[in-house]
Amino acid sequence: MRKVSVKVNGRDFEHEVEPRMLLVHYLREVVNLTGTMVGCNTSNCGACTVLLDGESVKSCTMFAVQADGSEIVTVQGIAENGNWHPMQTAFHENHGLQCGYCTPGMIMASISLLKENPDPTEDEIREGLEGNYCRCTGYENIIKSVQQAAGQTS
Amino acid sequence: MTEAPERYVGGGVPRKEDPALVTGRANWTDNIKLPGMLHMSVLRSPFAHAKITHLDVSDALEQPGVVAAFTGNDLAELWKAPMPCAWPVTEDIKMPDHWPLAKDEANFMGDAVAVVIASDRYTAQDALEFIVVDYEPLEVVLNMEDALKEDAPLVHEDMGTNQSYVWPLETGDIEGAFEQADVVIKERYIQQRLIPNAIEPRAVVAYQEPANDGVTLYTATQVPHLVRMMLSLVTGVPDQKVRVVAPDVGGGFGSKLNFYVEEALATVIARKLGTPIKWVEDRSENYQATIHGRDQIQDIELAATSEGKILGLRVKLLADMGAYLQLVTPGIPVLGAFMYPGVYQFGAYSIEIKGVFTNKTPTDAYRGAGRPEAAYAIERIVDALARRLDMDPVEIRRKNFYEPFDEPTATPGGIQYDSLNLPMVLDRVLEMSDYEGLREEQKRRRDDNDPVQLGIGFSTYTEICGLAPSQVLASLRYGAPGWESSTVRMFGSGKVEVVTGTTPHGQGHVTSWSQIAADALGVTPDDVEVIHGDTATSPHGLDTYGSRSLPVGGVAVHLAANKVADKAKKIAAHMLEASEDDLEFEGGKFSVAGSPDQSVTIQDVAGAAFGGVNIPEDMEPGLTADYFYDPPNFVFPFGAHICVVEVDTETGKTRVRDYFAVDDCGPVINPIIVDGQVHGGIAQGIAQALYEEAVYDEDGMLITGSMVDYMIPGAPELPNYTLDRTVTPSPTNPMGVKGIGEAGTIGSPPAVINAVIDALEPLGVTSIDMPASPMRVWETIQAAQNGGDA
Repeated sequence: MRKVSVKVNGRDFEHEVEPRMLLVHYLREVVNLTGTMVGCNTSNCGACTVLLDGESVKSCTMFAVQADGSEIVTVQGIAENGNWHPMQTAFHENHGLQCGYCTPGMIMASISLLKENPDPTEDEIREGLEGNYCRCTGYENIIKSVQQAAGQTS
Repeated sequence: MTEAPERYVGGGVPRKEDPALVTGRANWTDNIKLPGMLHMSVLRSPFAHAKITHLDVSDALEQPGVVAAFTGNDLAELWKAPMPCAWPVTEDIKMPDHWPLAKDEANFMGDAVAVVIASDRYTAQDALEFIVVDYEPLEVVLNMEDALKEDAPLVHEDMGTNQSYVWPLETGDIEGAFEQADVVIKERYIQQRLIPNAIEPRAVVAYQEPANDGVTLYTATQVPHLVRMMLSLVTGVPDQKVRVVAPDVGGGFGSKLNFYVEEALATVIARKLGTPIKWVEDRSENYQATIHGRDQIQDIELAATSEGKILGLRVKLLADMGAYLQLVTPGIPVLGAFMYPGVYQFGAYSIEIKGVFTNKTPTDAYRGAGRPEAAYAIERIVDALARRLDMDPVEIRRKNFYEPFDEPTATPGGIQYDSLNLPMVLDRVLEMSDYEGLREEQKRRRDDNDPVQLGIGFSTYTEICGLAPSQVLASLRYGAPGWESSTVRMFGSGKVEVVTGTTPHGQGHVTSWSQIAADALGVTPDDVEVIHGDTATSPHGLDTYGSRSLPVGGVAVHLAANKVADKAKKIAAHMLEASEDDLEFEGGKFSVAGSPDQSVTIQDVAGAAFGGVNIPEDMEPGLTADYFYDPPNFVFPFGAHICVVEVDTETGKTRVRDYFAVDDCGPVINPIIVDGQVHGGIAQGIAQALYEEAVYDEDGMLITGSMVDYMIPGAPELPNYTLDRTVTPSPTNPMGVKGIGEAGTIGSPPAVINAVIDALEPLGVTSIDMPASPMRVWETIQAAQNGGDA
């Protein structure tokens, strides 16, 4: 067992975990933050995307112990004082989700994308989200959601 | 209280489902943790076909944290029946025994062989390594044509054949049609095997109910009501003691329209050990153990006059069942059989389907389920006819369309389409796409020998959906009825509870059903709560598949809500001391015609109904109504799609530049949701046409075994969609509504492939199979250029 100390969504946690425990299982089963999903186990689908020290990572292909000392933000930590993050509002208003299973990862990847490129073209949004699969929406409304959050549409 | 609400049906009400989903607070099955819960892992055969000569779990049992381990023989006595197939399409269909754990033979890679129960999922998974199995590999059969040969290895030795069934249908004088024909086109199309890929893998949690010795099963399913029936059949627990819950479900596309061995295993083991059991599928398991889609070989012949009038159509279909018959495996090609004639009026049609066993994962419903295959075949061969006669694909279609109709009309498929107006949708899509302009651009590129050629592909289609009439389904030997049920309850507060038998997993029923009930009862959608997906709270239902939810289940909500409104009107008349006939109901208010100040609100009425005092004598208190709706026919959405592709003839890479779709699904409840369904449907159709294919090697190993190897299109691979709608109400149901969940997937694959062929026509290409990957396109171009068969 190894010690892991992390800040998740603003709260400090310290646990003893098996070194092989995946970060996503640590978040879901130890910290009980079940908003982050497992979709593929191979780092392709992006349902498990979270922000680690501000960068988007796929938490299913990283060990919890590798996150030791880091600050993690999940979809459950982006609303402030009960107000949704603009990306959450944009997904809702543009019907950027259907079943919603990919949505937590898609929202986190989109937030990261806009942080790196605040005014992306449509192609840049599409390329930026290539690591996140959605099987329901055909992506068009996801692209519109990101454009709205970037202030490109109302 | 709410006053004078507007009408909500037809409006883009934002989804009520979203807040939980965008904030990470949804209730997925994998989130469930129960006291004492243990984890199950499944050992799967690495061979496509093998005798199990030795199987020993004792070393696994020695591992720390392991509580139990079972083989097929250990559990054999617990089963009251094998895994059921609910659609035995013919009387003499061959149905192999399918036990939740294989006993002495594994028949596909991924067949479940043993299970381990342990304290957590890591420990359970590790312990699988300690199970000792000796396999004696048997000859495998993977190709359907090989499987039907006399000396073929047999998937199930005891059946003596790999042929499950032969299902024929013939209408009109088919021999005569081909004798009269000036032109006969013969083609072979391949429907490659697809992996559905709902982003949420399957998951189950089962536990015994101490109070009544029953069982509760949480499962990521589209069909909790069907699972309850099947689970009762297989385990012997009487159905009134079986509760099945589908919490939030992350997509299905048909892959969760099933009853799976893990549902049965978790249930019997939870009962045997007296503790909750959880199993969560990982993606590689999903690729092997969750059903696949399509996998058919279509031999199709079209008879026509030299003017391009279709006379007859003959189809011979081989359909790969895989190694076993899952819930509705044999019925998938049969559902398609009625639709090969498409939107064209002619006199003679025959189809013969052979269901064939192979050593592969079982196939079953995948978005469209039989109808995408049918639409693809007819839409491609109609294009082939146009090419043969040197006609425009638009002209050949117009020549053969039905005259528009809005009452049930007999078809060569032996069924009655409820309404069609193809000229209208085709005109609209031609206008939207600037068809003339596209042809000019195409000509320019051809004249310039542009390495990137433009292709314009058509699909004009209809589909059969709204799976209902119980009598028709029974005549097709389908094992479930087709009605849908709803209960609508108005509380004393005037707030409303709608219970539905449909089970949404992304389709937005909570929002749409709220809109329907709100309009019937004069309240707002926020006043309505929708209850679904739990057989304890929604006991009567037949669930969500086959684009049936709105035209069957949504209509049941509408009719149940109307029954509540009718009763409310009687109470309002009593309260106002007026005749019921003199009352108007608008904006949530009953008022006496001509004296609008004499009125009561629906909330006043609800209070009276709850109080049981100020209601007519002999009337039961309360405002609640049930409705079981069983429609007289299916519904038939239709549409016209144009796909515009750019094909790089040097690299073979195809890009969908534009996609235009005009669909008619009758009146729309929520346009935002309908557009979303069309987007996603078209995306899955493009995925089949250009990207996806499940590939096995010669030993039956699934080569595309994870998302690394199976090409799911991401955002860069897909276009924006330009959509429009026409509205032709269905005469089948009182709301006039049709389904839209599968329309995009049914309409789009032929549009894409027709576009690719159109782009490559100057190079001599006349046919290409799916997926039209860069390699396949490039090879096809080379073959055509070298004078080979392309």
